[in-house]
Amino acid sequence: MPDTPRPTQNSYGGAAIPPRAGAGLKTAHVDAILSDSYRIGFLEVHAENYMGDGGPPHRALGAIREKFPLSVHGVGLSIGGEGRLDETHVARLKKVVDRYEPGLVSEHLAWSTHDNSYYNDLLPVPYDEATLARVCRHIEQVQEALGRQILLENPSTYVQFDQSTMSETDFIRQIAVRTGCGLLLDINNVFVSATNHGYEPLAYLEDFPLGRVQEIHLAGHAPDVDDEGDVILIDSHDRPVDDRVWGLYEVVTGRIGPIPTLIEWDADIPEWTILRKEAMMADRILEASAGPDTSLRQRAARG
Amino acid sequence: MQTTVSNREFTTALSDPDSPAPEGIRGPNRKKSANRFDIYRNNVVVGLIDALGEIFPAVARLVGEQFFQDMARLYIRANPPNSPLLFRYGRSMPDFLAKFEPVAHLAYLPDVARMELAWLDAFHAADTSCFSAADLGTVPQSELDDLRLTQHPATRVIRSRWAAASIVSATRSGASLADINPTAPEDGLVTRPGHDVQLRRLLPGAATFLQSLIDGARLADAAEAAGRDNAEFDLPLAIRVMLEAGAFSLRGEEV
Repeated sequence: MPDTPRPTQNSYGGAAIPPRAGAGLKTAHVDAILSDSYRIGFLEVHAENYMGDGGPPHRALGAIREKFPLSVHGVGLSIGGEGRLDETHVARLKKVVDRYEPGLVSEHLAWSTHDNSYYNDLLPVPYDEATLARVCRHIEQVQEALGRQILLENPSTYVQFDQSTMSETDFIRQIAVRTGCGLLLDINNVFVSATNHGYEPLAYLEDFPLGRVQEIHLAGHAPDVDDEGDVILIDSHDRPVDDRVWGLYEVVTGRIGPIPTLIEWDADIPEWTILRKEAMMADRILEASAGPDTSLRQRAARG
Repeated sequence: MQTTVSNREFTTALSDPDSPAPEGIRGPNRKKSANRFDIYRNNVVVGLIDALGEIFPAVARLVGEQFFQDMARLYIRANPPNSPLLFRYGRSMPDFLAKFEPVAHLAYLPDVARMELAWLDAFHAADTSCFSAADLGTVPQSELDDLRLTQHPATRVIRSRWAAASIVSATRSGASLADINPTAPEDGLVTRPGHDVQLRRLLPGAATFLQSLIDGARLADAAEAAGRDNAEFDLPLAIRVMLEAGAFSLRGEEV
């Protein structure tokens, strides 16, 4: 795969996200993060958690934002939905982005709202021309409203649609080409979907437009069984990153070099030290991917 | 021709655990989709149960975790959320509890839920400074009767025929409920004076006093209304509580 230079994610202001490990911000960890001698590279928040008017959530995020680069990850825009985007929700996202000036803003290739009902999950989309056109319209609308590029995340899925006419990687590449959005590559999602649909994760990554990736997500998954009794993986974010996902991560960073990498842990949330261990693992792999020349230069620059 | 699946078909099946997965959805190599589709159903419901558990921790503790989860499942089917902001979910929980036969013996439960919603509203309310004792000190004696105040965005007065404030406070702090008489009527005041939400029990008449001020009454008229409401109303004490709790933000317009 060509190692195309990535566009700088910071062309619209806000502190740039360094090519280091970051963590999904949990309220319970705020004090530990602020007082830790290990400095996490960046923190990422779910935009929807900061759409209230004020109070403790904004106070905590304000304190974090003063000390760390911040990334904002939306979970409720329903970009893949059939209906029009909820303009009120787009405006709420804009308010969060304007207030905190994050280095990166991302959303999902999924849907969650239909007919004024909100389904609290990231639901799958068919990969056909009609959906492609709609998703592109929605992303353009969001980028226009925010006045900046967003990243789109590849989904974890459990089912396929008969009506799909193209591969997920083709679908995502088309979106990036048509809208100019960046991509967020969730390697756990790749592994989960590959297992669930019986393809090789490496083959998926071969086809994925890696040159457009500006951020990586890593998380844990849980095994279950499908209708035939075969293993199916749930994107549960409730445990450490699987060794096989770390392996894929090494492959990807080996190809595209150091890149902001988020550890997600959203259920059965552990002590900060456990999450930090995962982040430090990602930092080590990132350093290795920078190659000896780069680290020498960094050392020289630090003087 | 391939079967297409609309969002409507998908969500109709998603919301009904007894319906099959939509036609046109499958696993790889024609594998079946029932268990696979159930993962989405489960994700939606479990996520919402968790959200309700975070909004109503006292209700959950009072009825027991397992019962709460089963009840939440029924609530979710009848009252799906209509916003991706889950801190706005559960608004109809007090009404649901009032009509839910299996908890009819816990008559205070709807008011407990109402208080927990007020607590959540206070948590997310806008930031603004509180009207303090020092602020009150700047008001000339001659203008005190005519003083009008503006409600702090976090402030909520909740009147209950039950001991809802004590029950919520004890339940949230993990304290024993043994000493609480649930049938003693209580008024509660939810505020956010500093960084954290506070819930206090109000003394007799104070709820009328504070609610009158919130509704724009002059201080003298609010005090008079409170005295009419309850002969035990203690104005100096009510003012002290009001200032400590940070119930108001700015001096309103004096008319």
